[in-house]
Amino acid sequence: MRFYPGSSMVSFMSEFLENKTKEDDYNPVGMNTGGEVADFSEKHFSVANKTHRFFHSQPVAAPAIILLTSIIVFGLIVGDRFFHPYNFSLILQQVTIIGILAVAQTLVIMTAGIDLSVGAIMVISSVVMGRLAVDFGFPPVLAIIVGLFVGAFFGGLNGFFIVRFKMPPMIVTLGTWNIIYALNIWYSNSETIRSGDVRDIAPLLQWTGNSFNFLGGRLTFGSILMVIIFVVVWYALNWTPWGRHVYATGDDPEAAALTGIRTDRILMSVYILAGVICAFCGWVIIGRIGAISPASGTTANLDSITAVVIGGTSFFGGRGSIYGALFGALIVGVFRNGLALAGLDVLWQEFTVGALIIIAVAVDQWIRRVGS
Amino acid sequence: MILQPIIKAQGLVKHYGRVVALDHADLELYPGEVLGVIGDNGAGKSTLIKAISGALQVNAGEILLENKPVSFKNPMEAREAGIETVYQNLAVSPALSISDNMYLGREIRIAGILGKVFRMLDKKTMQQQAREKLSDLGLLTIQNINQAIETLSGGQRQGVAVARAVAFGSRVVIMDEPTAALGVKESKLVINLIKDVREQGMPVILISHNMPQVFEVSDRIQILRLGKSVAVVKPETHSMSEAVSIMTGALDPNDHEAGAYCSPHNGN
Repeated sequence: MRFYPGSSMVSFMSEFLENKTKEDDYNPVGMNTGGEVADFSEKHFSVANKTHRFFHSQPVAAPAIILLTSIIVFGLIVGDRFFHPYNFSLILQQVTIIGILAVAQTLVIMTAGIDLSVGAIMVISSVVMGRLAVDFGFPPVLAIIVGLFVGAFFGGLNGFFIVRFKMPPMIVTLGTWNIIYALNIWYSNSETIRSGDVRDIAPLLQWTGNSFNFLGGRLTFGSILMVIIFVVVWYALNWTPWGRHVYATGDDPEAAALTGIRTDRILMSVYILAGVICAFCGWVIIGRIGAISPASGTTANLDSITAVVIGGTSFFGGRGSIYGALFGALIVGVFRNGLALAGLDVLWQEFTVGALIIIAVAVDQWIRRVGS
Repeated sequence: MILQPIIKAQGLVKHYGRVVALDHADLELYPGEVLGVIGDNGAGKSTLIKAISGALQVNAGEILLENKPVSFKNPMEAREAGIETVYQNLAVSPALSISDNMYLGREIRIAGILGKVFRMLDKKTMQQQAREKLSDLGLLTIQNINQAIETLSGGQRQGVAVARAVAFGSRVVIMDEPTAALGVKESKLVINLIKDVREQGMPVILISHNMPQVFEVSDRIQILRLGKSVAVVKPETHSMSEAVSIMTGALDPNDHEAGAYCSPHNGN
């Protein structure tokens, strides 16, 4: 064996050869491993480990358990008033707006982004629908369609800055939130379109607020629309190539791009779809309030983020589910309703929601550790 | 019989500003062989491989795929031509399942209106085929094809990435440092996988720092030095220390009795 002093590669080599003579560092492959190339069989885990893995494989399990527990606990504390079908349908009406926005927010957060402008897009869409139908005499159907396009446009604007200029989603949507809010005030002249005017001229806009009897409670068509949006987006995420690509893009954009996914198109489509969903929500909020006000839904964007986080969708992207958002919205709704019925001050509702957010994120971080 | 190379790269030049990464490098890959590519840091290993897998474009030189000149603008075009690459970072999505990952970017949809209009995934077929592909490579003991990639060990993840490349690579599989992040045992599993891939008749280009592994699994070993292809050696004719000497420039490959270029044919 020859040595060439001064070369690191050679000294590495000599080290290796010394190891080789001991014959314990490296055996020729295939000698002891037999026919089995890799063992995928499951090992035995402790109960704690199994629980951990269960929550990891079923990200929606934790929010579902919290929801059930909270319903039972409030039922025990408050009693029949809470368990009345009418109260449940009331909770459903209260969470409809946040539930729909949470669908849009889930899509965006799934790609490791965040959309602060969902509330603003919702309101400007509703104002456009109202102005066109009530002030300019457009057919209501056409007004709603134009409103949906307005939502798609502003969603696309968010996507354009994020994809084309690689800007952080939080900064972009913080900017568009303010821009859309200002445009909204300008376009509406800060005026509210009265509920009576909407009812007389374009009743279709308030159709989402109409309700029917269902098992002793009252369901609104807005709530039905929310359920339809949930089902459609759930299907798209879980049963189409597009959905798999959304998860992959959020999980690891570089890896996704290497497998041939056009991640820029996926991101763009996510922001546009989020905008359209917000516009649908604009239609629903007209039905809920009756009037069309540029000042409505001011806290809606933060509430939607709360619902998504409590629903177990990870801020790091690629992990979460659409029904998690529904559970998240319902959990917030049940807590607010239950605490109110139990006679606690509103400030304790806010306190509880804040605590729920922190617990949800802590649980998410614990669940994520199973992979490493 | 004289074999025709599947991939023949000639006189590849790539420079970044004034830094020359490839200086008229060549590479020939023949059917059914494992070609190791070694070289010191900065010798141009990854640049050469990226040029072939479409991840970068060379300044000069040509690449022939089965005697036809090709120039890939991106990795996708190389994949369409049948060249699959297992990247160092594996390019898998940890939160998605094994079968999702194997079909990522080329999902199968259900036949008929459900697939065409509603773009519904044919999960059953994908899961079944994914299981078959993994069994072909001896990864028989997979219990749940729907388990997330992140619940697998490093070697198992590598297994999935390799299975994906072999399942879809119709001509060549390139592996970039497949054992760099793995322990001793798992490295062995991957080396076994490479042997299985060769047994299926698929040629493999293996880039690695790990000399013993390269010498164990490769039929021929291409040595790069300062962006040039200085020699192609065989494990039968050259020892590891000789290969390292050629790599570092201490030994002129032409001084070796086997010469600087070992052809893929036997008895040479």
